[in-house]
Amino acid sequence: MFFDCFALTYHPNTGILIQMSQLPLFTPHIPASWTVTDLTRYLRELLESDELLQDIWVTGEVSNFSRPASGHVYFTLKDSSASLRCVMWRNAVLRQSFTPRDGDAIEVHGAISVYEAGGQYQLYADVFRQAGEGALYQEFLRLKAMLEAEGLFAQERKRPIPLKPKRIGIVTSPTGAALQDMLNTLRRRYPLVEVILAPTPVQGDEAPLGIITALHDVVMIAHPDVIILARGGGSIEDLWGFNDERVARAIAASPVPVITGVGHETDFTIADFVADLRAPTPTAAAELATPNQADLRLDLSDLSDRLNRLLQSFTSELRWAFQGLQNQLEKNSPLFQIQSNSQRVDELDHRLSATSSHLLQLTRIHLTGLIQHMAALNPMAVLERGYAIVTNQAGETIACVGQVSADEPLNVKVSDGDFDVHVDG
Amino acid sequence: MSPTKPKTKTDQLPVEGLSYEQALAELEAIVASLEANKLALDASMALYERGQALTKHCVALLDKAELRVKQLSGDSLVDLAVEGEG
Repeated sequence: MFFDCFALTYHPNTGILIQMSQLPLFTPHIPASWTVTDLTRYLRELLESDELLQDIWVTGEVSNFSRPASGHVYFTLKDSSASLRCVMWRNAVLRQSFTPRDGDAIEVHGAISVYEAGGQYQLYADVFRQAGEGALYQEFLRLKAMLEAEGLFAQERKRPIPLKPKRIGIVTSPTGAALQDMLNTLRRRYPLVEVILAPTPVQGDEAPLGIITALHDVVMIAHPDVIILARGGGSIEDLWGFNDERVARAIAASPVPVITGVGHETDFTIADFVADLRAPTPTAAAELATPNQADLRLDLSDLSDRLNRLLQSFTSELRWAFQGLQNQLEKNSPLFQIQSNSQRVDELDHRLSATSSHLLQLTRIHLTGLIQHMAALNPMAVLERGYAIVTNQAGETIACVGQVSADEPLNVKVSDGDFDVHVDG
Repeated sequence: MSPTKPKTKTDQLPVEGLSYEQALAELEAIVASLEANKLALDASMALYERGQALTKHCVALLDKAELRVKQLSGDSLVDLAVEGEG
């Protein structure tokens, strides 16, 4: 029959349906029995070995919420026909973004096991989230994939942010802390810039349309060089407007570069992916949009130093050129000429004196010699020795016989006078 | 969409009237021009003095700058409402 096919039968003692392989060997009066501990441990190991049960999200309504002094949290998750005991240990509780209350619809993540002492299976929870967040996250992933496929997130689409904007448009809530943080950052870093606030709700149903309108209006009316789209931290639902498809398309269509600064460092919205630049927070967005005046002052200081070095180099060129001119001038001046000439005169004079006396001496000696020589050659001295000078009527001196003819009158000059004679034939 | 000012020559304008952007642009041009070292001495000295004046002006602009904040209101801009008010 049916039981034979599945090898099942009724246990002879307990009447419970069991596999035949588990039938006790036939001893009618001593059934084997599990201890509570063993059974409980068996059940616990059974549950802990199931992968699905060790990583599970469960949705339900909170009831019997309790948080004793230990800091651990105990509650029941229930729905219309079943309930589940839950516990979350203190250190996990401290990491949660909110504390559920009785009646809340929430989702809880954790692992199923058995509280042995109480004979109770439980969900050991590590994360709470608001009910429906799971669905929101799925929607986020879907939209992200779709827009990415369209190329809206492509790096090539992203425009560079101007280095020194004259005007920044900020699209954000006028009442949030994000705006004040950004204004303080801008005041400190770059007070030269002008800020135009385009106020809008940043959560709730009005947010998407408000953001789109603000993005459009700020461009049309104020013509900023860059736009910051920002809001402070919040839950996935709070930030949901920044995951809106229409908002993403409005950012993509903006003629002015957009920097997003939405939520905390770890929050990523669709707007962040489409933006020209994502900042992790609103404050960081203000920093990315502007230069720091400290750096600007350093640049100015550097330019001033360069000017000063240039001044030094062309004044030293000037000084060198001037010195050269001065030297030339002195060399060519009349006074200098006169002074040099007079020096030259002195030098010549000196040389002349030195030369003159020497010459004079030489001349004297020469003359003396000449005089002596001449004295020796003086005819009168010769006459005194007995010689006579004989001249004819023409005045010519007779030196040889052939010069005279018979009876020619001649003159004889002796040392103390002269007399006339005739030549005897 | 922001209006790009045409690059006007500012070197004849009084330094005090220039915006930070204009003054800085002229200052950088002066330094480049002097570093090219093709100018006569008189022109160089004049540029040096103007350069330092421009530097002082930029620093003064930074020192006294106050962040101007306006807000969209209808079709126009108004000064920002005090913090906390819608």
